[in-house]
Amino acid sequence: MYSVKEQDRGTPAKPGEATVTVTIDGHEVTVPEGTSVMRAAIDAGVRVPRLCATDTLDAFGSCRLCLVEIDGRRGYPASCTTAVAPGMKVRTQSPRLAQLRRNVMELYISDHPLDCLTCTANGNCELQEMAGVVGLREVRYAPGENHLAAKTDTSNPYFAFDPSKCIVCSRCVRACEDIQGTFALTVLGRGFDSVISPGKTAFMASECVSCGACVQACPTATLTEKSLIEHGQPDHTVKTTCAYCGVGCSFRAELKGDEVVRMVPDKDGGANHGHSCVKGRFAWGYATHADRITTPLVRKSIHDPWTAVSWDEAIAHAASEIKRIQATYGKDSVGGITSSRCTNEETFLVQKLVRTAFGNNNVDTCARVCHSPTGYGLKQTLGESAGTQDFDSVDHADCVIVVGANPTDAHPVFASHMKRRLREGCKLIVIDPRVIDLVHGPHVEADYHLQLRPGTNVAVINALAHVIVTEGLVAEDYVRARCELPAYEKWKAFISRPERSPEAMEPHTGVPAAKIRGAARLYASVPNAAIYYGLGVTEHSQGSTMVMGIANLAMCTGNLGRPGVGVNPLRGQNNVQGSCDMGSFPHELPGYRHVSDPAVRALFDAAWGVTVQPEPGLRIPNMFDAACDGSFKALYIQGEDVAQSDPDTQHVGRALASLECLIVQDLFLNETAKYAHVFLPGSSFLEKDGTFTNAERRINRVRKVMEPKAGLADWEVTCALARALGYPMSYDHPSQIMDEIARLTPTFTGVSYAKLDRLGSIQWPCNDAAPEGTPTMHVDQFVRGKGKFMLTEYVPTDERTSRKFPLLLTTGRILSQYNVGAQTRRTANIEWHHEDRLEIHPADAELRGVRDGDTVELESRAGVTVLRAHVTERIQPGVVYTTFHYPESGANVVTTDNSDWATNCPEYKVTAVQVRPASKPSAWQVSFREQDVAQKQLVPPKKA
Amino acid sequence: MDIHKLVKMANEIAKFFEAEPDRAVAVEGVVGHLQRFWEPRMRRELLAHVEQTGGGDLRPLVVEAVRAIRK
Repeated sequence: MYSVKEQDRGTPAKPGEATVTVTIDGHEVTVPEGTSVMRAAIDAGVRVPRLCATDTLDAFGSCRLCLVEIDGRRGYPASCTTAVAPGMKVRTQSPRLAQLRRNVMELYISDHPLDCLTCTANGNCELQEMAGVVGLREVRYAPGENHLAAKTDTSNPYFAFDPSKCIVCSRCVRACEDIQGTFALTVLGRGFDSVISPGKTAFMASECVSCGACVQACPTATLTEKSLIEHGQPDHTVKTTCAYCGVGCSFRAELKGDEVVRMVPDKDGGANHGHSCVKGRFAWGYATHADRITTPLVRKSIHDPWTAVSWDEAIAHAASEIKRIQATYGKDSVGGITSSRCTNEETFLVQKLVRTAFGNNNVDTCARVCHSPTGYGLKQTLGESAGTQDFDSVDHADCVIVVGANPTDAHPVFASHMKRRLREGCKLIVIDPRVIDLVHGPHVEADYHLQLRPGTNVAVINALAHVIVTEGLVAEDYVRARCELPAYEKWKAFISRPERSPEAMEPHTGVPAAKIRGAARLYASVPNAAIYYGLGVTEHSQGSTMVMGIANLAMCTGNLGRPGVGVNPLRGQNNVQGSCDMGSFPHELPGYRHVSDPAVRALFDAAWGVTVQPEPGLRIPNMFDAACDGSFKALYIQGEDVAQSDPDTQHVGRALASLECLIVQDLFLNETAKYAHVFLPGSSFLEKDGTFTNAERRINRVRKVMEPKAGLADWEVTCALARALGYPMSYDHPSQIMDEIARLTPTFTGVSYAKLDRLGSIQWPCNDAAPEGTPTMHVDQFVRGKGKFMLTEYVPTDERTSRKFPLLLTTGRILSQYNVGAQTRRTANIEWHHEDRLEIHPADAELRGVRDGDTVELESRAGVTVLRAHVTERIQPGVVYTTFHYPESGANVVTTDNSDWATNCPEYKVTAVQVRPASKPSAWQVSFREQDVAQKQLVPPKKA
Repeated sequence: MDIHKLVKMANEIAKFFEAEPDRAVAVEGVVGHLQRFWEPRMRRELLAHVEQTGGGDLRPLVVEAVRAIRK
């Protein structure tokens, strides 16, 4: 059922400027052409009874409750499926209509349990409400055949399916098809035998992805959240933003007091338009998980027991250690890491603390290990380190390239949006080593799947561009008007050379040249073509080169600067874009302005009362190297778990163990905290105010729904640490931090909490030129003025297969889990994915005597781990794949320290490995388990 | 810091700029990258390495860039 007190206008809004004026129950109303009578009636202040209609789904016309009378038309048309016409006169109430509606309701209720008082939906049930609206007073039918004994399916951990309460309105089926695009539900049988079914099996055994769309669409208690069954109806809602992926879905947190009853996607959400996925919709229980640490902890050495202390003691100790270390080893021996899971305001403050209280630029963010090449590549070519479109842009695309991304798993709500467009006929090119779900899906089939070998992205993008240039498919007028011509001419000569042709590249990429030629022609020939990419582009030794290659491709075909086109990085975490915007990189101040620019530094010097250093600081991998080298001694990490997420785990462990002071601020004692000397309890997204910026540059509000479990929000902790270090940093509310960001950042000049509350969300740049934000960038010209083509030579990675390591490992994530799993592993999502597995092709498995489910050893030049095999043809021969959601899996024990040439973004996606049957854990795993047990024994017991 | 790693990183930067046909522009690219993205201690150690060893393990473009930075 929908969120409490949420208005439902019955049928979707119709776009367009043409209008029609009609009269409904004597009220004249003007609405867009194509609007349903039902929706027009609501605009006229008249609510027509309905059950199968809802404004998130196209009209269906099955319930026969929304009948109306229309002058000049025979019978009683359904108002949901009847469009307005000029001069139409409609009556929604008459004795005959009342009788018809009562009869319909009587039939529904005759096969419905009359347990309203004890029903979960009591007070928010559309069937109950309609019974009242139509004035149903009796059910004349004698008890007979019915569905009241149908058994409830409770297999899904988050919602129950009680078919005894089902009115077979098909809203759930339509939501699964039209909104989610999974087609897991259907109506089985005909007439009285009709039942909703997830394919003749239980929900958990079905193709259901647990997005919650069906639950939300259900007008009764048939599909109900188990949390709602447990807690009862909420009493108020707070609009906020999901803390999972970079889609940035808006939610209404429904609460009883400060207890979350359920999270319901907000129909007004600019990114999600009322849709959600299994993580945002259901997997929020980690926020109140028993593993939360809510007391500050300190210890002298990482082998000592933790001591619970007050906030004042913890902050004072942390500050004294930073001061001692800087006095001993120098100002540059300390640094900080901001988090893409924290708010803009929090990341802004951490980088401010480093640049003011620490006095250096040793600040970096976890975007270092995901999208830093996006920042570099798009800045070089287009002039701004951000995606060019809003998500709605895909509605105008005629062809999309999805490269190095798996949206149905990692960005599921946008994937559903994209799939709608694909079902409408938009062409699809997938460039990925794996057969991701988009390649063959329900009513979605890729026109081209370029199943390249890991590490050959640049060879493929160059070959695509080669075809476009040599076959005369370049948008010459666009290029001449919008791009730097000398750079273009140089690039044209470079890319035209025969060695960059699909035929020449085929031995490297493994992709048949004919497929590349076909895909290039398709991309270049449609009116609007868009590129969506993910970490399969960036996490390579040529990540930045590939981003520039993508921008080249878009520029040469004129696919930038309007809806339906563009270069769209799909950000992994909720605030990757924001953490980068906020100056988290060691070479850039907020707004992507280089620290070497004296005018920019002067602005910050004046505002902050310090002298900002003109040289770039250390990036995360450099911090680790400097720590091993002995010149880097203290690190403050807010909301990141580098010991699990960063590559070459054993190297990271050595670096962290060599620090004299590691301060970890997090919800849980994570893997990194095993090396920490100070633990500062973090606050979840439910416990603080702030903003997240999603992959489309959309700034969304995060609103506090409960007090911080440990007493302080993360931004307050950073302020306290700065003050203890002698730098004055005080704010009454995060809105004041945003005001400071707006004062100092040209792309944020017009942003304020008041405006965010008024508009709902804002896509930056938001300033005098664009007071309500910028959905599409580079419209009239590129941010850098003229677009710049860059030369993108394909340079094979140093990570090569050999006789000892004959396979290539690539890594990724799965729908139900998120990043290092710190949040999702503490929810029922583990029922879908309780361990990381190694995907291996049947041919490679057979060669090694490996069967599905066997335990196998995965060895690379960096390390060895052991996990179970999943034999599947999703992966091509010669390539294996795993996820990194569980620390004991040790995926990053195997990955190497190779990195992108420009940004040091790790090359997670290419590791040469060998796979062989195994019967026991690896030495690293034995050591990991021993350390895990030992560290858990050092944690003080929680107070009762 | 591990000089082998710094050498590897510098050589990878050079490989990108080697695509540039104008040598001066390529050198400028490597210089700019080292100056805009490398923390001073990393640059210092690379420069010291070239000073001490002549940079035989470095691609010529890096050596030229280091010389340009020294000027």
